[in-house]
Amino acid sequence: MNERLWGILVDSFPKLLSYGIRVTVPLTILSFSLALVISVIVALIQYADVPVLRQICRFYIWVIRGTPLLVQLYLVFYGLPSVGIVLAAFPTAVLVFGFNEGAYMAETMRGAMESVSHGQVEAGYCVGLTFIQIMAHVVLPQAFRTAFPALSNSLISMLKGTSMAATITVMEMFRQATVINGRVYESLGLYGEVALIYLAFCTILTGLQHWGEKKLASYGGTRS
Amino acid sequence: MMLDIQNVKKHFEDHVVLDGISLGVEKGDVVAILGPSGSGKTTFLRCLNFLERADEGEMIFEGRRYDMNKAGKKEITELRRKTAFVFQNYNLFLNKTVLQNVTLGLTLGSKIPKQDAREIAVESLRRVGMADRLDSYPVQLSGGQQQRVAIARGLALRPDIIFFDEPTSALDPELIGEVLNVMRQLAEDGMTMLVVTHEMEFARNVSNKVLFMENGHVVESGSSREFFENPKSDRSREFVHSLANLHNG
Repeated sequence: MNERLWGILVDSFPKLLSYGIRVTVPLTILSFSLALVISVIVALIQYADVPVLRQICRFYIWVIRGTPLLVQLYLVFYGLPSVGIVLAAFPTAVLVFGFNEGAYMAETMRGAMESVSHGQVEAGYCVGLTFIQIMAHVVLPQAFRTAFPALSNSLISMLKGTSMAATITVMEMFRQATVINGRVYESLGLYGEVALIYLAFCTILTGLQHWGEKKLASYGGTRS
Repeated sequence: MMLDIQNVKKHFEDHVVLDGISLGVEKGDVVAILGPSGSGKTTFLRCLNFLERADEGEMIFEGRRYDMNKAGKKEITELRRKTAFVFQNYNLFLNKTVLQNVTLGLTLGSKIPKQDAREIAVESLRRVGMADRLDSYPVQLSGGQQQRVAIARGLALRPDIIFFDEPTSALDPELIGEVLNVMRQLAEDGMTMLVVTHEMEFARNVSNKVLFMENGHVVESGSSREFFENPKSDRSREFVHSLANLHNG
């Protein structure tokens, strides 16, 4: 490796890392939190089979899963202003990532909720609990545990997906790499470098997942 | 009469499951609901607690009349508050400890303060011999132990009547006795119980009434002694005999 390239990589590393920590990570956390809230609500509506709302949820999942994330970003950021809806780039990214991943996670949550035996729900009714109480204290805690590995997948995939926010002008880690590259023309080095930082972030998340799974080891510990 | 059930009907698609079932229950009665598989016993019991919605029928429970098809949420909650239901598969809350399984309905459903709920729960668990496993999770217990916890969960609600849906059918043979013993003790304490069961010893020796069903009809209903010693219909006689043979053979 020549000295010039090495110098560029050493110079850019703290900048990229700093954008990663200041933008990519918060963007991921906010989007994932939104997705989690959406997924629980959408899964609950389907689980409870609420008329009309259920159809709306199915429609939402159908549209979101059937269109590319990139197109969704462009539609909201570049398309909606022409009907008077103007959102800043960062909130747009949070909304689109949240609603996008929320649709996938809603299916994960629904499946996990349905895997909790219905007898426990009936038992809940028989001891005088309401539907919401049964969900909050019996079904959702067990569903979260079942869904945990799949939800971790969603989080990891979302972290990398935030790089697409670069296309709607959000100055996050990947866009910063393209900016630096525009000055120095070292695509292989810079994009390799940014890839390694993403890999490091995801490695941390994978570690967290394993730690979480151990923490959540099944009630009573006899199932694994 | 404590519970007067009249003319319960229910069908699933084009299959008639219950074709006009009636039953009167006095306080302290232990009614064994018998019959071959598919006779509608379990569906009948589930209709009484609105786990299934009957097509028609009514019941008068402690002077209150309930339309079994049209009863609203409030009426159902009120009825469930005075009854308990024990399932074939126990249906314990798997994410809760033994103690939490019993207190959950008390603290959230009946709004009883935590400390009082704990005392009631421990007392109920003592009655079924499970007070030494308060912090265990259901998966750490045998089927018999789980079912006893499920009975304690029902008892803690201080119900006026307990419905048992084949409470020993999912158990290994050597675990059936411990559950039946608990039920026998409850019967001796004067608890009113409706028990769907295949346990003929229990039906003969513990229950005082029998409801014998087949294909959604009541074949015979009356005192359990009458039923076993002097069955009125041929079908009942056949049933009692086949079971006697099963036991001897």
